[in-house]
Amino acid sequence: MVVTGALPSTETVWTWLADVPDPEIPVLSLVDLGVIRDVVWHGDTLAVTLTPTYSGCPATGVIQFEVEQALRRHGIDRLELKRQLSPPWTTDWITPRGRAALKAYGIAPPGSTACPRCGSKTITEISRFGSTPCKAQYRCGDCLEPFDLFKCH
Amino acid sequence: MDAPPHANRTHSNDALFAYTLRLGDNCLVLAQRLSAWVGHAPALEEDIAVANVALDMVGQAQLWLALAADLEGQGRNADDLAYGRDAGAFRNLLLVEQPNGDYAKTLMRQFLFDAWHHPMLVALAASSETRIAEIAAKAAKEAAYHLTRSRDLVVSLGDGTGESHDRMQAALATLWPYTGEMVLADPVDEALAVTGAAPDLATLAAIWSDAVGATLTEATLVRPADGYAQRGGKQGVHSEHLGYMLAEMQFVQRAYPGGTW
Ligand SMILES: [Zn+2]
Repeated sequence: MVVTGALPSTETVWTWLADVPDPEIPVLSLVDLGVIRDVVWHGDTLAVTLTPTYSGCPATGVIQFEVEQALRRHGIDRLELKRQLSPPWTTDWITPRGRAALKAYGIAPPGSTACPRCGSKTITEISRFGSTPCKAQYRCGDCLEPFDLFKCH
Repeated sequence: MDAPPHANRTHSNDALFAYTLRLGDNCLVLAQRLSAWVGHAPALEEDIAVANVALDMVGQAQLWLALAADLEGQGRNADDLAYGRDAGAFRNLLLVEQPNGDYAKTLMRQFLFDAWHHPMLVALAASSETRIAEIAAKAAKEAAYHLTRSRDLVVSLGDGTGESHDRMQAALATLWPYTGEMVLADPVDEALAVTGAAPDLATLAAIWSDAVGATLTEATLVRPADGYAQRGGKQGVHSEHLGYMLAEMQFVQRAYPGGTW
């Protein structure tokens, strides 16, 4: 719980948010996905700024809910969630740790040209759209497994 | 003589409201049309693709209609605008309300729209109106992806089998009269172009025409002659198709106003 007069530092809040998984790709934290744009105290109110990945991504509402739940669990009572569209989210904001987590999970990170399973460079696109707005479907020419590729955006 | 600042601001907000409503309604109506294919598209990959494009467009519609509602200042929100207006209050282009037809017609409609929508959003990302610029910059990234897909499919089906070619050519002939409206400026377009809030549609017309021409050539399709351009969607004069579509889309909110779950 937050003791009056001793607000947690924004660094601490960032570490809490780094434990909140993305609802659609849970190996990725919201911080690693790059959707948390700012954490700042306004007096005793914590303001967290979020940016959506895709305009119509159904996870956006869930992400807000998860952030709110996580921060309330850590005793943050006064919370303001803000949405920021500009600059638009880009896959360049996925952290190196996030890229590694995607690959280990079997999703080729954005810009990758190799199969996440065997590393083969012989890959072909099956469908430009996949199970979520952010992914496309590919198939490996060597191990023959299909896999998701996180689209550059 | 200069108008008093207040009068000027009011006029500008009216034009901005009308303009953002058009942008939002284009996305909403096309998203609703595309959604009808979910579970029925000719291939699984296409089913997923069409659902994803529709989802992007619903998201964009939400952003534009929320801005429109805010500019209107009458206490309505995006949902009120989507579900509470009759066909005559919609401001979408006639092109996007045209029925799905066969998959060739759905794809051709998408391509003709994407080839306009993407450069439009790129231009709007430089709008003097910050809120328009922000939404457009976000949406442009999604529209670029839509255009790549619809362009590639028009080429592969146009330059495909005899039947796919004929179906694409027939779709093009049916839809062509509805394309002129996209680049014909009316007083709302002109008012916003003057302040730099929106692009000059004559510039857009050239970009669209070049891009469409190049793709149709690659697709071995014959570009129809520019004849009479059907127009009126931007002013609320729609084809009979929109009313039927809205009756289905708005049914729940009309039957149970304000209902949530
Ligand atoms: Zn492989």
